[in-house]
Amino acid sequence: MIELYLFLAFMIIAAIVATEIKDLLSAVISLGAVGFSVAIMFILIQAPDLAIVQIVIEVLTIVIFIAVISRTTHIDETIGKKLSSTHICAIVLYAFFTILFLIVMFRSLQEIPDFGNPIMKIASEYIKLGLPKTGGANIVADVILDFRALDTLGEATVLFTSVIGVVALMRKSGRKK
Amino acid sequence: MIVFASCIILFLIGLYAVVTKRNLIKIAIGFALIEYAINLLFAFVGFKRGALAPIITQLDTPHNFVDPIPQALVLTAIVIALGTTALMLTIIMRIYNRYKTFDIAEIRKLRG
Repeated sequence: MIELYLFLAFMIIAAIVATEIKDLLSAVISLGAVGFSVAIMFILIQAPDLAIVQIVIEVLTIVIFIAVISRTTHIDETIGKKLSSTHICAIVLYAFFTILFLIVMFRSLQEIPDFGNPIMKIASEYIKLGLPKTGGANIVADVILDFRALDTLGEATVLFTSVIGVVALMRKSGRKK
Repeated sequence: MIVFASCIILFLIGLYAVVTKRNLIKIAIGFALIEYAINLLFAFVGFKRGALAPIITQLDTPHNFVDPIPQALVLTAIVIALGTTALMLTIIMRIYNRYKTFDIAEIRKLRG
């Protein structure tokens, strides 16, 4: 599992670079590094379906980000400016809520099962009934397409709603001059 | 434990970008980082040591699989993340076309 820790460290470094670098194109490429290391970690924890979807979605996300940046500007002018009072207020609020969040997280991490030993009460039922009930050999596909198909319907609804939003915002005709 | 903790660190980096950055693209990047952190945490919770991916290849042997339910939920969440990111970036592009800046402080000043 040493490679998992290496990718976790790489992911965190790339995330810090993505938030702090001045050039927005470099920031987006760093975001891509985070996304692809997440995809490799999905392979390492035996989730090939997730890895496939993550790679496709990551490529699309980077393409959309670069399309927006190439139509606008790629320099982050806000880095290095003097801090305003609202900005300092935001940082103080962030620090406060981070401490609160870490306390809650520390307590809840002790409740959930350790890494590598999940509670598989419902999952054992799905694994047992997946092939006889649905006829699919891939249990993840059985869950999203048969046992929890309404969840996938909701996902499709959200996706098409966002597509309608993007089309409505990007259209050329009907806009006031 | 280290694995879950690094997911939380990634979440906090994303939250830092969303709360304190003044550039709109940086805020969108922060949202994307938060999405990755939560997806990864879910997938890690379902991991079982020494188990295989939940795809049935042999019928006679007893199945030793990782938990398929978090994987199914995360699969949905990854796709929705693309939709929200695309919508967010479109709105950011419209804002840039109107105000010619990504700085949220400038945009607030220019109102009215």
